[in-house]
Amino acid sequence: MPLTTSTILICAGGACISSGETSVKEALQREIRKYGLEEVVRIVETGCMGACSLGPIMVVYPEGVFYQKLTPQAAEKIVQEHLLKGRIVQEYLYKMPTGEAVPEAMDKLPFFAKQVKIATRNVGYIDPGNIEEYIARDGYFALTKVLNEMTPDQVIEEVKRSGLRGRGGAGFPTGLKWELTRKAKGDRKYVVCNADEGDPGAFMDRSVLEGDPHTVLEAMAIAGYAIGAQQGYIYVRAEYPLAIERLQIAIAQAKEYGFLGQNILGSDFSFDIEIRIGAGAFVCGEETALIASIEGRRGQPRVKPPYPAQSGVWGCPTVINNVETLACVPPIIIKGADWFRSIGTPTSPGTKVFALAGKITNTGLVEVPMGITLRELLYEIGGGSSTGKKIKAVQTGGPSGGCIPSEYFDTPVDYESLQKLGAIMGSGGMIVMDEDDCMVDVAKFFLEFTVDESCGKCTPCREGTRQMLKILEKITSGEGTEEDLDELERLGTIIKDTSLCGLGQTAPNPVLSTLRYYRHEYEAHVKEKKCPALRCKALVRYVIDPSKCVGCTACARVCPVNAISGELRKVHSIDNDVCIRCGSCIEVCRFGAISKVSP
Amino acid sequence: MSKVKSIEDLMKIKEKALKDLQLRDTGKRGKITVAMGTCGIAAGAKETLRAIVEALAENNINDISVVQSGCMGLCEVEPTIEVRLEGQEPVVYGHVTPENAKRIVKLHILGNQIVSDLLVRKGEM
Repeated sequence: MPLTTSTILICAGGACISSGETSVKEALQREIRKYGLEEVVRIVETGCMGACSLGPIMVVYPEGVFYQKLTPQAAEKIVQEHLLKGRIVQEYLYKMPTGEAVPEAMDKLPFFAKQVKIATRNVGYIDPGNIEEYIARDGYFALTKVLNEMTPDQVIEEVKRSGLRGRGGAGFPTGLKWELTRKAKGDRKYVVCNADEGDPGAFMDRSVLEGDPHTVLEAMAIAGYAIGAQQGYIYVRAEYPLAIERLQIAIAQAKEYGFLGQNILGSDFSFDIEIRIGAGAFVCGEETALIASIEGRRGQPRVKPPYPAQSGVWGCPTVINNVETLACVPPIIIKGADWFRSIGTPTSPGTKVFALAGKITNTGLVEVPMGITLRELLYEIGGGSSTGKKIKAVQTGGPSGGCIPSEYFDTPVDYESLQKLGAIMGSGGMIVMDEDDCMVDVAKFFLEFTVDESCGKCTPCREGTRQMLKILEKITSGEGTEEDLDELERLGTIIKDTSLCGLGQTAPNPVLSTLRYYRHEYEAHVKEKKCPALRCKALVRYVIDPSKCVGCTACARVCPVNAISGELRKVHSIDNDVCIRCGSCIEVCRFGAISKVSP
Repeated sequence: MSKVKSIEDLMKIKEKALKDLQLRDTGKRGKITVAMGTCGIAAGAKETLRAIVEALAENNINDISVVQSGCMGLCEVEPTIEVRLEGQEPVVYGHVTPENAKRIVKLHILGNQIVSDLLVRKGEM
């Protein structure tokens, strides 16, 4: 037993690394050495704890004190005060909106306390590079149980009964997928983990891979046993180097301990996992394109059927599951299908991880029971708007999803309810928008993404999305007509109906859902040539209020194109033919004299 | 590392690793605070701390956390420790050498008995 009296869990998720985790960790190590505390203080780098907007963050145990927004100086102070003298350093604690500091933020903050963690149960708690910490949290017990006590059919039955559905977006029942693959004829079968997480803003899969890689390996081995496969592939995107590194370490450890390889746990079941690195195309998250990419071919989707369960990798029956889906499997095996069904809703049991982004106070990752309302998710856990302005809508499901207006925030979050609103669960990205966001502009943003990422194989997606984008560009530059709106709807519906794969079938969703709920904004753009959110540059003018302008010349000096004229101590004016609408003048004006107007 | 062959092997690893993990947990039966101010360290508090952790490990006690604090202001009787068990008044001991530390773990933590010859103060400050 080590002589550890304090353990520091420091979040080494991608966001915390970007905000300086490495230098904070180094400062901690330096100070700990300086005071000779190496033997009694242990530093563990964990996966993402989810509170990305507060990063870099760490928790000091045994007290469980949560420190946020750390710097190397903060680290020095925490070592000197907290570790050496046992005094909590107030200034780096989380503060409630009331200003009250909360030391045990992990237990008390709604952000943490309202979460129910299944897929991310170990992320942020264990050292992902240490298999024994995973075992301490019941890791590999599900695999042991399956090999010792269950037949493959019993495993499939349990997963089916749990009601687990694919967390990658489409929500296909996982147990059924396994059953179809088991029943398909073939000498060789494969298990593939889809870790090609591509939706802008979604990073729950990366978080699981980085923070708890063994759970994915264990679940894949269980799937292998259930369907009769001996080989698994993890298809992970090249943009996730840390996830790849931790997976490699985890695979090596699992082999060393005998959880992968020949005759696992002394049984006659053998299973191995290899990593396949994706080259960065969004479409490769689509399962048939992913299969092509694994085989070394160009990543393009093909017509289904045959489904991968019949003909997948190398033409063999293949089960493809998303990372978050797999991460739910070991707890289901250990605690049982009934336990899993007791969380969430009847049609969508369990939990879902969401990535909160945009104009929300607590950006980051949260895992909540299905059926939670958007209001609870956005206001209680997410902390509401970060700008002080009213939240107008939330976009779920990334470029394949849709916008949900605030009137519908009491909708429970599950696969069916979101679909009814014209959005989708998708991979779980949630982008929050306030009154300053123009819905036409938002739709244009997502469409630009899909136009770029369309693989070009089928015409509706390749040409259709491009035409839709052109119409949106026309509308945002003030040249749209009312017929354009009907044309957008017509095109969108055709693309949905005729595209080959999920990318094209969902690409029009952002446009169609905003047209459905915010048609008045589109109409303002085409009829009045007005952008109500003052976002579309071509429809906005900058004006100076003569009663407020004191003639300080600050705006004229900062204007990059010399569009502002006026003498000292005299009212200035802006030439809107020259103005490029960069907004610099508004930022420097101390008198609030400059504003945007539309038209 | 030999390969894991059975649930018994797995349990062994779990028990060992769990001890490490539990150290992080709050919500224990009690805690021992070792005063680690300059005076305490000079009087040998580091050795005391080590002895306490070792004694807890030897006796398989894992529901007591060990934390450090600053000087309690009792420099004269350093090293000092405070034992705080759930539902009981805190007890401060002085002159806690490694040998005395082991005695405290045995008598107070295991036997629920105050070690009177080392007692400095009982009750909240």
